[in-house]
Amino acid sequence: MAVVKMRLYRGDSNGGAEKEYEVPLEEGMVVLDAIHFIQANYDGDLAVRWNCKAAKCGSCSAEINGMPKLTCKTRLDTLPLDKPVTVYPIKTFPIIKDLVTDVSWNYKVRKTIPPFTPAKDTKWVMYQEDVERGQEFRKCIECFLCQDVCHILRNHDKKNEFIGPRMLIKIAELEMHPLDTLDRKEFLRDQAGIGYCNITKCCTEVCPEHIHITDNAIIPLKERVADTYFDPLQWLLEKFKGSPKQ
Amino acid sequence: MEKYETHTHDVIVIGAGGAGLRAAIEASAQGASVGLVCKSLLGKAHTVMAEGGVAAALANVDTKDDWKTHFHDTMHGGKMLNNWRMAQLHAQEAPDRVKELEHWGALFDRTKDGKIMQRAFGGHTWKRLAHVGDRTGLEMIRTLQDRGIHSGMEVYMECTITHLLKDGERISGAFGYWRESGRFVLFKTKTVIIATGGIGKAYKVTSNSWEYTGDGQALAYEAGADLIDMEFVQFHPTGMVWPPSVRGILVTEAVRGEGGLLTNRNGERFMEKYDPERMELSTRDVVARSIYTEVMEGRGSPHGGAYLDISHRGADYVKKKLPSMYHQFMEFAEIDITKEPMEVFPTTHYIMGGIRVDADTAGSTVPGLFAAGEAAGGMHGANRLGGNSLSDLLVFGRRAGLGAAQYANELRDNALKIDDVELEKAAREMTRPFENAEGENPYTVHQALQEAMGAYIGVFRTREKISDGIEEIQVLKDRASQLRIEGSRMFNPGWHLCKDLKSMLIVSEAIARCALQREESRGAHSRVDFPKYDDEKWGRVNSVISKENGNMKIGTSPLPQIPEELRKIVEGGHK
Repeated sequence: MAVVKMRLYRGDSNGGAEKEYEVPLEEGMVVLDAIHFIQANYDGDLAVRWNCKAAKCGSCSAEINGMPKLTCKTRLDTLPLDKPVTVYPIKTFPIIKDLVTDVSWNYKVRKTIPPFTPAKDTKWVMYQEDVERGQEFRKCIECFLCQDVCHILRNHDKKNEFIGPRMLIKIAELEMHPLDTLDRKEFLRDQAGIGYCNITKCCTEVCPEHIHITDNAIIPLKERVADTYFDPLQWLLEKFKGSPKQ
Repeated sequence: MEKYETHTHDVIVIGAGGAGLRAAIEASAQGASVGLVCKSLLGKAHTVMAEGGVAAALANVDTKDDWKTHFHDTMHGGKMLNNWRMAQLHAQEAPDRVKELEHWGALFDRTKDGKIMQRAFGGHTWKRLAHVGDRTGLEMIRTLQDRGIHSGMEVYMECTITHLLKDGERISGAFGYWRESGRFVLFKTKTVIIATGGIGKAYKVTSNSWEYTGDGQALAYEAGADLIDMEFVQFHPTGMVWPPSVRGILVTEAVRGEGGLLTNRNGERFMEKYDPERMELSTRDVVARSIYTEVMEGRGSPHGGAYLDISHRGADYVKKKLPSMYHQFMEFAEIDITKEPMEVFPTTHYIMGGIRVDADTAGSTVPGLFAAGEAAGGMHGANRLGGNSLSDLLVFGRRAGLGAAQYANELRDNALKIDDVELEKAAREMTRPFENAEGENPYTVHQALQEAMGAYIGVFRTREKISDGIEEIQVLKDRASQLRIEGSRMFNPGWHLCKDLKSMLIVSEAIARCALQREESRGAHSRVDFPKYDDEKWGRVNSVISKENGNMKIGTSPLPQIPEELRKIVEGGHK
C-alpha cells in the first residue's frame, strides 16, 4: 500500500517542532483523515479542531504546505506526495497546542458589531433578488482562513485597529439586508478600520465557500464610507440632512 | 481535590446547537442568568450541517396547508408512537418560530410574492420546508448565534460537562473540564437544559459530527432521568458511499424533494416496489430499507449503493437549489451531479428516542433537569420526517428555556447545595486514565464499538444479532474501564474520548436493550424476526430505560392517551 509522509507541527506556546509520521494512503483521502490516523495509531494526544468533516462547520483550518486550507476538504491526491505534507496551525492566532489556536479574538470582535435592526412596523416582504446579496455572505462558515491570510492581521498584527475580512462580510451582510435600518458607516470607519484593507484579495482566494469577499463586500463598503466621509459635497449635504442609510 | 473555578447561574444550557441556543435565548429573555456551555466553538454545532429545510405549515406555497395537516403527517411518519402533545405543539408553533428567525435576521429563499419559500419533502403532504438552498442549518445557527450573543448570556466554549450534581432529588450543579487546559470547572445552577444532540458517533457510518456521542442522554440517565424509545435510530437513506473518506456524509433529502430519482444497477426505479404512491418521497425508514434491500439482493451500484440522479433538472437549477451537494460531490468524489448520478446508501443520522420530557415544559423526570432537541424523546415517535428536526429545535428549545426559567424563578431563594463527595468522585473518575500504567488506546475501543453497533444493531435486526451486540457492549465496557492516556491534560483528544466513550457505551446499551425488547417492526426499528406491526401490544407503549441500583433497567410505559379531536385529525385523510 502507498504511504504518505506527514509532517505535523507539535508544540504549544512554549515552542515546538515538526514531527514526521507515515500514513497509509487510501483513495479520496483528505488531510484530516491522515491526522485522525495519526491520533488513533501514534499520538492520541495530538490536538486538532474538527467537527463535521464535510466542509460545513469551518473548524479544521490549518496551513497545509504553507497554504491556509480546511484539512477536511484538502485531498491528499491534490498535493505533491513525493515529499512530506506539512501541516501547521494557522499563524495569525496564538497557538494553544499542536494544530489548535486561540481564535477567541474573533468572537469578541463579532460581539461588538451592531446587530440586525429592523424597523418596528416591518412587513417582512423580501424578494429573491434582494436577499441574494446577503445570502452570499451568510454562506460564511467562520473558518477564519481569511483572517489568517490577511496581511494586516497576519504580518502587522493590527487586531486592535482592524477587524478583518470575516467581520467585514458580517457587516456587509447586515448593511445589505433589505430590511435593516441601522447605519454602520461610522463603525466601519472607526472600530472596523476598513481603511486598512488595501484590496490585495488574499482573503477571497482562500475562502472555501468561494465568497467574493473583496469585490462584493469590502469594496462596496469602502465606497459607502468614502462617499459619506470623504466626498466634500456629500459631507456638506449630510451636515444639513443627517446621514442617510444607503 | 485540585483547585477548580466556579460559576453560578439560574440556568445552564449544555449544547449550543439550534435547541440549546433557542433555549438560552428564551431563558435570558425571561430574566434568568444563563450559561451556555458547549464542547466546540460557538456556531460549529451539528445544526450547522442540516441542509434541506425547516418544516412549518406557513402555507406560503401550498395554501391549503395548516397545523392539523402537519400534525397528521408527523404522527403518521412516527407510526403513531409520537407523544401526541409534542406533535401538536410542534405543528402549531413551528410557523411562529420560523417567522421569528426571519425577524432576527435570517434570509430564507423567497417565493415570487416575497414570502418565505417552501419545498417538498418525504412524508409531508404539502410543500412545507422553509429553506436556504441546501444550507438551512447554517442559516439557522448563525441567526440564533447573532441573537444569542446580544441576549446577555455567558457562553462557555470548548467546555465539556461530564457529571450532573444533585441536592437530594434536585439538580444543583454541572461539573466538567475546559478542553483547552484540561482544568475542572463547576457550574452551580438551579436548572440544566440538555441540548446535546444525538448519538451517531456510536456507529461507524454516520452523517454526524464528532460531538454526537450521546453525552446528554448519558448525563440524564446517570442523574436518574428516564430515557424512552431508544431503539428508534434513524438511518438516513442517502449517505455518500465513495470514496471511503466521505462514507456516511449526508446527501440531503432536498435532492429527492427537488425531483431526484432513485435507481438500481439495472436502471429500475425500485421505489415502485416499496411505496408506489410516494416513490422517492416516501418516509426515511421506508426509503432506507428499500436501498438497503436492493444492495443486499445484488442490485447495487459498483460501490454498494443506489443511484440518485438529479441531472435531469438541468445544471443551472441544480447549482442554484443544491449548491452544497454540487460542491460536495465535485470536490470529494469528482462527480458532477449536474451530469451523472450519485451513489448513496443509508447512514446513521438521528435518534428519535431520548430523554423523557413533559411536552409543555420540556422538564425531565428529574426536578431541575430539562431537555430539548434531538436529546429529548417522544416528539418523532418511531420515525422522524425530514425538516421536523429544525422545527423541533426551535419549538422545544424555546419551551425548555421558558420551563427552566420558570422553575428557577420559583426556587428563587432556595440555596441548593453541592455534594462534595460526588464532586470529588467526578474529578477522580476524570483523572484516572492518566494513572493507568497499562490499558488500551481509547480510539481502538471506540472503533470496536462503532463496528459492533453497525453489525449488530443496524437497519435490520434480529434477536440473535442484538443479543450478540449486547454481549459485545459488555466486553467493551470492561475494556473502556481500563484505558491509557498519553500526554498532559492540555487539549488532549485521547483523554476527551475516554469520557465520550463511556457516554456512547451507555446509549449503545440503551439502544440495544430497547431493540431487543420491542418484538415488532415499526418505523426505523426493523426486526426481521418480527416483521409486522404489533399494534395491540407494542403500539400502545413506549420503551423506557432507567438506572436502578447501578444497573440499566428496561421496561415499558403506556403511551399518553390522545384526545378524541386529535385522533380524528390523525385518522382523517387531511388534505
